[in-house]
Amino acid sequence: MKRLFYRGGKLKEYRRSLHFFLKNPLTILGLAIVISLILISIFAPYIAPYPEQGRGISSVKDRLLPPGRERLFGTDNLGRDILSRVIFGSRVSLKAAVVVILIVVVIGTPLGVIAGYFGGKIDEVIMRMSDMVLAFPSLLLAIAIVAILGPSLMNAMIALSVPWWPWYTRLARSQTISLRERQFVEAARAVGVSNFKIMFRHILPNCLTPIIVAATLDMGYIILSLAGLGFLGLGSRPPTPDWGVMIGRGRSFILSQWWYPTFPGIAIFITVLGFNLLGDGLAEALNPKRRK
Amino acid sequence: MHKFLMYVGRRLVLLVFVFIGLSIITFTLARIVPSDPAAVYLGPHARPEQIARVRVELGLDKPVYVQYAYYLRDLIHGDLGTSIRTHRPVLKSILRFLPASLELMLTAIILALIIGILLGVISAQKENTLIDHADRLFAVTGVSLPAFWLALLFQLLFFRWLGILPLGGRIDISVSLFSPIEHITGFYVIDSLITGNWVAFKDSILHLILPGVTLAAYSTGIIMRMTRATMLEVNREDYIVAARAAGIPERTVVFKYALKNAMAPTLTTAGLAFASMLIATFFIETIFYWPGVGTYTVRSILVNDFPVIMAVTLLGALLYVLVNLVVDLILAFLDPRIRL
Repeated sequence: MKRLFYRGGKLKEYRRSLHFFLKNPLTILGLAIVISLILISIFAPYIAPYPEQGRGISSVKDRLLPPGRERLFGTDNLGRDILSRVIFGSRVSLKAAVVVILIVVVIGTPLGVIAGYFGGKIDEVIMRMSDMVLAFPSLLLAIAIVAILGPSLMNAMIALSVPWWPWYTRLARSQTISLRERQFVEAARAVGVSNFKIMFRHILPNCLTPIIVAATLDMGYIILSLAGLGFLGLGSRPPTPDWGVMIGRGRSFILSQWWYPTFPGIAIFITVLGFNLLGDGLAEALNPKRRK
Repeated sequence: MHKFLMYVGRRLVLLVFVFIGLSIITFTLARIVPSDPAAVYLGPHARPEQIARVRVELGLDKPVYVQYAYYLRDLIHGDLGTSIRTHRPVLKSILRFLPASLELMLTAIILALIIGILLGVISAQKENTLIDHADRLFAVTGVSLPAFWLALLFQLLFFRWLGILPLGGRIDISVSLFSPIEHITGFYVIDSLITGNWVAFKDSILHLILPGVTLAAYSTGIIMRMTRATMLEVNREDYIVAARAAGIPERTVVFKYALKNAMAPTLTTAGLAFASMLIATFFIETIFYWPGVGTYTVRSILVNDFPVIMAVTLLGALLYVLVNLVVDLILAFLDPRIRL
């Protein structure tokens, strides 16, 4: 952690950011949503009233019960408690989105650092590759890839990662270019530190702030995209409690049993809203230009 | 003007390379299909010798680069393959469904631009007031709502509970029977307007409202945020401060001086919004029974109709590239610095 605070005055800068961060009520709301979400997904088996139904065991005699005291969110067409399914669904969404973010950060960031550090031909090759991928609307490419690989949550995660890494490559590259000529890099080079070490121990840690902000904002978008793939039947397979799949399956019940697709949708909305508010708050607090 | 034309020319040349790049990616994707395309084409009951013959017919026995050359040649001749599901040329089907989708997307982008820019300007003018907070909450809500879920809620609210808007489709069956629309542009609203078919005009607008608003929600959110952010920056520029100090009316300052310079990032965002709309039509057309390219594609995805999926991916990317090109050209036209 200490490495993050390399240059003098950075710690003070972070403290000021923290102050700014905590001043915005919407950011606090976002933070609260994200923290509760993490807690809900960890303790899902203890919170859910019908944990076995949350995981997918059906109970046909209770099918399509409206919301009431016993079943707060009602039941679906297989008699499963929707509240329990929504609670277990938080695990699926969060886990999948975190994995996608990790994949794209781990692939995209080093490529960007390498491109920015060396420049020249290497830079040219990496950037043209990322340009080609970015020419596609991301979800369109993802849909084509899952359609080819076959529908599953794993393939949906891979498919979303493919169009996404270039954003992090670009971000890391522009950061690296601005850091490349800094004194601490010059100094490291002068005492004979290897290129590899300069890139990954000196430059990379200093690129992390904007990447963390971008990752937080992307969490929301990736959860939305995963839900979209699930809705189309290109994501998790039943009986996995996936919010997108629940809406897709509940779609035909909207006019008669409205609760079936409605509650999973509320869960997606609140989750995405939480990450967006938190990401906005982080971006504003960490970007000195935006907080005049 | 001469320089501007040079810039247009340069961008068009670049477009050729982008197209080749796109086609390489879709070609590669089509190649990594786990199953044999010839077997897929013939269906599950094909005999091995039939498959072998089709492999030769489709050129699958040739080296990869020859296959790519064939693929590129077909693309240039407008041959995007034949659908496995319908056995019709993909391009023909897409062109048939395109007007419906374009009508929907244009409606949504116009809605998003008007509402997004207006709210963004208002928000920036009233920075940190209650109106600003309400606007920002509206925008972040727009970007956080799953479009397919919003569509279902609208159906529940406006069709089932209030009964004031249709559930889906482009036009009521009785209307299309008694006052049929003449096909001129393929856009129902425009066609019924120029033929003076008022019944159909009103009905097609009613059918456009729910899918149009749903489709616009996300784009409105991002356009509003970008407009607000740039307007806040422009408002602090010296020339705006000077204009205000000189007593030029606030309306002129905001709409004539500030907004013009804030347009560049907003237009770029609108290009991005278009990409998200392209995908959102898949969901929204399906839910609202809208007979467009989105519905056609989703049906094809469900039965693994690869030629259609690949063609839509390529055309979608191409359309996206063209939209971005148009945005860049408008920006270059407005701001001479970009052309250099």
